[in-house]
Amino acid sequence: MEIGNLIKRKSEWLRGEGPKSNIVMSTRIRIARNLDGHMFFDWANDKQRKETLENGIAALKKCSFFKKTFLLKMKNVSELDRELLVERHLMSREHAVDVKHKGLVMEDREVLSIMLNEEDHLRLQVLRSGFNIMEGWRMIDEIDTELGEHLTFAYSSKFGYLTSCPTNTGTGLRASVMLHLPALQVTDQVPNVYEAISKLGLTIRGFYGEGTEASGNFFQISNQVALGYSEMDILDNLERVINKIIAREEDTRDYLVKNKKQETADNIFRSYGTLKSARVITSRETIILLSAVRLGVDLGLIKDIDTGIINELLLLMQPAHLQKMNDKEFTPSERDMKRADLVRERLGGE
Amino acid sequence: MKCDICHVREASVHLTEVINDQVSKLHLCEQCARTKGEEMQSNFGLTDLISSLMDFSPSVTDREVQKDKGVKCRVCGMTYYDFQKTGQLGCGTCYETFRKDLSGLLRKIHGSDRHVGKMPFMGEKAIKDQEELQRLKAELDRLIRAEEFEKAVILRDRIIDVEQKLKKE
Repeated sequence: MEIGNLIKRKSEWLRGEGPKSNIVMSTRIRIARNLDGHMFFDWANDKQRKETLENGIAALKKCSFFKKTFLLKMKNVSELDRELLVERHLMSREHAVDVKHKGLVMEDREVLSIMLNEEDHLRLQVLRSGFNIMEGWRMIDEIDTELGEHLTFAYSSKFGYLTSCPTNTGTGLRASVMLHLPALQVTDQVPNVYEAISKLGLTIRGFYGEGTEASGNFFQISNQVALGYSEMDILDNLERVINKIIAREEDTRDYLVKNKKQETADNIFRSYGTLKSARVITSRETIILLSAVRLGVDLGLIKDIDTGIINELLLLMQPAHLQKMNDKEFTPSERDMKRADLVRERLGGE
Repeated sequence: MKCDICHVREASVHLTEVINDQVSKLHLCEQCARTKGEEMQSNFGLTDLISSLMDFSPSVTDREVQKDKGVKCRVCGMTYYDFQKTGQLGCGTCYETFRKDLSGLLRKIHGSDRHVGKMPFMGEKAIKDQEELQRLKAELDRLIRAEEFEKAVILRDRIIDVEQKLKKE
C-alpha cells in the first residue's frame, strides 16, 4: 500500500454524510487492550517490545477482518507519511515518534485502524462520518471479541481491562464526537457547554489547528470516565448529552436566521469570497473561514458546494497533506501559498 | 484589541480557560499564545494530572507512600514511586502490587474502582482463578520480604497446587 494514494480519495469519515452531519463531523470509538503477562510498552525493553508487536500481528492475522486491512511497520514509514497518517486521524501523534517496534493496521476505507505498541499494546479505533456512536461501538466490539479469541488480554475482574495509564483502566473505551458549533460560539454559549459537560464525566477540547492556534468552532467531546460503568452506559451518556448540544446548536442557528439574518449571511459570504480569492492563507484563517462557509452550506445559503468538500479541505490543507500532494517540502510561508491555491481551486475561485 | 499578556501586539488568538468551573477568556498575540500553550501543556499534561491526584489522595498517607515506594512489582520491578513520576504503570501485575493505592486513584479519576463492563473471551471462572493466583503470589512476596519463611513455604506449596489445578483445567 502506497500511503500517498490515501490523499487521492476521500476517507469514509469525511463524506459529510451520516446522522446529524450538519453538526457532527465524525465519531470515533477507541478501545485500549494489552497482552497478559507482558510489560506495558513504555516500561518494556527492546526485546519485549518486539515480542508484543509480533504476538499482536500474529493474532490479527488469524482474524477474519485482517484480509480487508494492510499492515504498516512504523520504522519503514517516512516521517512525512507518518505525519500524513496523524493528520488523517488514523493514529496518534505519539505513535509517529520513537517508531521502533510500532505498527499500524488499517483498512483501505480508513474506518478501522489498529495501533500496535502505542502506549498500550493494542489500540483499536473505528472512525465514522456523522453521529454514529452505537454503530461504531458495534463494529469495534465485534473486532475486539474476535481478537480476544486469539490473545489473552491483561484483565482483572475488579479493575477490568488493565492499561498503561489508569485514565483508561476498566473498559479501555474512549468515544469522541467532533462537533461544529458556530452558532453556539458566536452567541457566546460555548463556555456554558464546557461547564455543563465537565460535571457529566465528559471532556471537551478545541479541535483542528496547528500547535496552540485556536480552532475555529470545531470541538471534540469525549467520555472521561472509563471505569465503573458499562460500555453501553458510557456511550448512552455521551449520546444523550451530545443530542442536547445538537438541539441547542440547531435552535441557535434558527435564532440567527430569524434575528441576525444579514449579519450571519454577511460573515458567510465574506468568508466564502476570501477563500475563493486569497493568494496566501494560514491554516488558522482557513479553518475559521471554512467554518463560516460550512454554516452557509448547512443553512442553505451556499448551494454550489457540499459539506464533503469542506471536510476534505479541512484535511487537505494541513502541512503533510499539502507537501505530499505537491511531492515537495515547503517552508511555512510556501505552505500558506499552496494552501490558498488548493482552496481556490476546490471552491471554484479565480 | 491588544494582547492580554504583553499589551503591545494585536491579539489574534482567543482562549477560553475553565478552572474550577470558573470560565475566563484570554486574548493573546501569536507569540504569547505560543508561550502560554507550552506552559499549559507542561502544567496540565496527563502525567501531572495523575501526579497531582495522587498527591492529594486522602487514602494514601505519607507513611504509606514512603512504605510503598520500596515495594517493587514482582513481574516488572516498577515501584509506586516510578509510577508517580511517569503516570504509566509497568505491567498488569502492578494493579495487584499497588492495589490499595490504585483503588484510591481510580476512584478519584473515574468515581469508581470496580469494572462492570465487557469481559474478555476467557470466561469469568478462569479470570477469578488467575486473580486468586496473582493475589497469592503478591502475598508470598510480602512474606519473603518480612522474612516469615515458614509461612512463605506453606504459601508457596499452595501456589504450586493452584497452578497445577489450573493447568489441568
